[in-house]
Amino acid sequence: MSSTTADLQHGHGHDPNAPESDPHFQHHFTTMEQQFDTSKIGMWLFLVTEVLTFGGLFAGFGLLQGKYPQEFIEAHEHLQRLAGAGNTVVLLFSSFTMVMAVLSAKSNQKEKTVRYLWMTVACALIFMCVKAYEYHHKFEEGLLPGLWYSHEGDLIKGSHGYASFFSFYFMMTGLHGLHVVIGAIMLSWLAIRANRGEFSSNYYTPIDLVGLFWHLVDLIWIYLFPLYYLIK
Amino acid sequence: MEHTLTTGAPAGHHPHSEKNYLNETTGIWSWMTTVDHKRIGLMYLVAVLTAFTIGGIFALLVRLALLNPQHTLFGKQWVTAEMYNRFFTLHGVVMVFLFIIPSIPGALANFVLPLMLGARDVAFPRLNLMSFYLWVIGAVMGITSMIVGAIDTGWTFYTPYSTAADGTVNLMVMAAFVLGFSSILTGLNFIATVHKLRAPGMGFFDMPLFIWAIYSTAIIQILATPVLAITLVLLAIERSFKIGIFDPAIGGDPVLFQHFFWFYSHPAVYIMILPGMAIISELIPTFCRKTIFGYRAIAYASVSLALVSFIVWGHHMFVSGQSQLASIVFSALTFLVAIPSGVKVFNWLTTMYKGNITFETPMIYALAFLFLFGIGGLTGIFFATLATDVHLTDTYFVVAHFHYVMMGSTAIAFFGGLHYWWPKMTGKMFNETWGRIGAFLVFIGFNVTFGSQFIMGAQGMPRRYFNYLDQYANIHMVSTVGSWILGLAFLIMAINLLASLKTGAKAPKNPWGGTTLEWETDSPPIMHNFHDQPVLEHEPYDYRHRTS
Amino acid sequence: MLPQQGSDFAKEVDYVYMGIFWLSVVMFIGIVVAMLYFSWRYRYVPGRVTPHQTHNTTLEIVWSVLPLLLCVGLFFWGMKAYMKFIVSPGDAMEVQVTGQKWQWQFEYPDGTRSLNELHLPVNKPVRLVMTSVDVIHDFYIPDMRIKHDVVPGRYTQIWFTPTMLGDHVGTCAEYCGKGHSDMRAKVSVETDADYAKWMATGGTEWEEYKTHMQDWGKIQWDRKGCATCHTVDGSSSKGPTWKGMFGSQVKVKQSDGKVVTVTIDENYVRESIMQPGAKVVDGFENIMPTFQGLLRQNELDGLMAYIKSLQ
Repeated sequence: MSSTTADLQHGHGHDPNAPESDPHFQHHFTTMEQQFDTSKIGMWLFLVTEVLTFGGLFAGFGLLQGKYPQEFIEAHEHLQRLAGAGNTVVLLFSSFTMVMAVLSAKSNQKEKTVRYLWMTVACALIFMCVKAYEYHHKFEEGLLPGLWYSHEGDLIKGSHGYASFFSFYFMMTGLHGLHVVIGAIMLSWLAIRANRGEFSSNYYTPIDLVGLFWHLVDLIWIYLFPLYYLIK
Repeated sequence: MEHTLTTGAPAGHHPHSEKNYLNETTGIWSWMTTVDHKRIGLMYLVAVLTAFTIGGIFALLVRLALLNPQHTLFGKQWVTAEMYNRFFTLHGVVMVFLFIIPSIPGALANFVLPLMLGARDVAFPRLNLMSFYLWVIGAVMGITSMIVGAIDTGWTFYTPYSTAADGTVNLMVMAAFVLGFSSILTGLNFIATVHKLRAPGMGFFDMPLFIWAIYSTAIIQILATPVLAITLVLLAIERSFKIGIFDPAIGGDPVLFQHFFWFYSHPAVYIMILPGMAIISELIPTFCRKTIFGYRAIAYASVSLALVSFIVWGHHMFVSGQSQLASIVFSALTFLVAIPSGVKVFNWLTTMYKGNITFETPMIYALAFLFLFGIGGLTGIFFATLATDVHLTDTYFVVAHFHYVMMGSTAIAFFGGLHYWWPKMTGKMFNETWGRIGAFLVFIGFNVTFGSQFIMGAQGMPRRYFNYLDQYANIHMVSTVGSWILGLAFLIMAINLLASLKTGAKAPKNPWGGTTLEWETDSPPIMHNFHDQPVLEHEPYDYRHRTS
Repeated sequence: MLPQQGSDFAKEVDYVYMGIFWLSVVMFIGIVVAMLYFSWRYRYVPGRVTPHQTHNTTLEIVWSVLPLLLCVGLFFWGMKAYMKFIVSPGDAMEVQVTGQKWQWQFEYPDGTRSLNELHLPVNKPVRLVMTSVDVIHDFYIPDMRIKHDVVPGRYTQIWFTPTMLGDHVGTCAEYCGKGHSDMRAKVSVETDADYAKWMATGGTEWEEYKTHMQDWGKIQWDRKGCATCHTVDGSSSKGPTWKGMFGSQVKVKQSDGKVVTVTIDENYVRESIMQPGAKVVDGFENIMPTFQGLLRQNELDGLMAYIKSLQ
């Protein structure tokens, strides 16, 4: 937007001595700082919508847990607690690398920024691999949502409660996994841009915003993990 | 549309006013890729009015189908129950998702909000364009699915009817999902704009009340719409993969869907009515030439309506099988809605007291709003009260009630606002006489169409009924005739507004004597809204500095 | 304005309804009169300066608190009537209601069923226990002012005491597709005598099967539980199969222990249903309960016709 439209060039023509000669500056703001704050507000609001999206699923889970309390407890025994715990550690660590990436960008340390961003991406990949392993295990055992449920072991087929549990399990961890993948893609793109030297202490908004998003993805997992793996 | 406008503009005026947002750049591409909030607002306006026309045609078909109990026209039955069910589904979906929700925020607020704040644009102009295109994509998906798949679920998509229904319900549901995102992005944009782009000197309590109400609307858009989005996704997954969340046959809970649905759709009612109130708070002081009475009370009322709207959804479900204790709690909470609504009405009335009132077209709409919202609001009490809700819910009484609120209030306010800002948007004045005739006929037609439905509903005529008992035949006929008056009224309005583009006089900066910042710039405004950054010198609606 | 009052609940609801109605009328007239008066009284005069009235705290508190008090009152009023609606008396007659696209089925305490026709004795409380086999329906009787969703996978209840003799309309109030508006049931509120008379015939179902006695009998075989012990295809079960039974000669053990041979005819069948222990077919246990007083004449006739047809 900043480079193409005629109206912006026209606007720049009006005050050529504006301190905001930064190419990222958008004309309808007065200062770079105002622009940064506005972007941050936008991101926070977006995160609120994310929280409510997951909130809806949490509420639905709660309602069906009320309907099938015993089945939900029995079904959760079939989740791999160790894999879940491992993934929790991986994501917590990725939050740390994310913070470091933002701080490095803020202090103009290009190499460090790139390195921390790639580390965060690596954490995302590890997380997804573990998740894929867990999903594979569920498919093998027939622990699947709704009509697809075909487990032959101790959780007798025919009780809707088990199928309901796995419906929500796949839906919520699936949606969360989708967020991890999207996050990883954005982080990779940022790492490439950072490598090209596009960010500096004057302009690191994208890293900061994706960082916020990444912390939310992490936070949601912090809620998902005890909900599914540790319920009693 | 832009061609008409640019060629129609009289050349050789003040050199400043020659270039404006309509003709600064030309060509269809300059509109398709624009990030200017005024152009996006205008495109939204064309889009939502198109949707209104489609939804309106289906409303007329619904009424025509019910003209007589035999469903005949010139002695021949022309419509079947299946067709009727599709008509009202189309009408509901188009009017709710494509017209009312985006109407005032997307079209009018998009245009006016940055001007009122003294800003050059909304906070995220590209996001603004994206939300417009999401609307377009959602509209195309929705209308395609309705034409191809003959959807007959009603706009509420209740399970398990919708999980079992044939047709392209998934596409329809995904269309609503996309439209939801369009709405979320608009709300997000407005909140950020209000927080960061106010003119120097403008505190929160110096903002026009329009902004307060749009801000409150945006809060709801952000908090409620995601829940609808996830619900619709679940519904589509349920239909495709049978995962057993809503379908009782495989362990799901159909009432859960209703909770999810109304958790969004009740606040959505306030996404519809708050912007309507927003416009009335502008029209009344302007045409009374008097400062608004109880500025803070109205501002707080907007915000509290937005908040209360989240805790009353259960009043749609008093007879649905939710727990009776929940029904009692929701009934009590629902009464809270009456207070801020009442406060607003009383404040508007008091603003008229000792005013200096003229009755241009927008003011006629504002007065019609007070009348119709009075009825719509008071009939809401029947539904908040448990005992009467049991009898009246799911009857024509509900149909009449929500049309008085959504159409009689929101749509009327929208058209009032459209006439009010029309000179600012197009630079043209419309014909005042025809404007008033249109407004008057809308008022008459509306009351004939929907007033009669209160009687039917109280007598026990359920909604969404194709065949009805002969005892309701006369009232149904009256209602249908009313819909024709309404149709004629909108035709007059449309012709009058479109004609003004060709033949209308050039609009001055401030044709109505408004006090808010949008009237300080040219009509139509220049590309960047203001020649110089406006600085707020006095609170809004201050008429002490004016001579009338 | 409102339909006739067909139940005691209706009186209560109408009382609340009229209360809200007149309150609304008063408030609405107040708003409109103020609006019209101000419009006329303060119509435009060139040059007039309007006062700068920004607020009046007292006034604003008054018009916030007064409506709030009114609302609190209305809430309790509406809740009072609603509480009656949700708590049914223990002695209410229970009718099972099943909604299905697009018909209503009613089952009375004695197992009698009727389709799209609900018969109720006047002035006796009745509880409807409702469920659906497909989508959500809603059973609504405007004259009784009662309505409740009928949800698949769960049971919902309403109760009322019909007080007005005659036919009322019962109807579906939750959209359920093509036949939604035709999903009506006739609700007949009758005197005790008329109700008893109707019950004695076996409901609307009987009307349908009047001319197909065998089919009527087959339904009773299934519904009265005969099928649990008697097969109709010749295979063995806890009781003798009905296939080829009628007209055959069998050895039976009498209640005094003597074994005799009898020909199975109408009298034997009838006796075996009413006094099962009198003559038990040899080789079977005496486990059949008596159906004395549990079968209507037309049901017995139907069973007889059905047994005869199984040759």
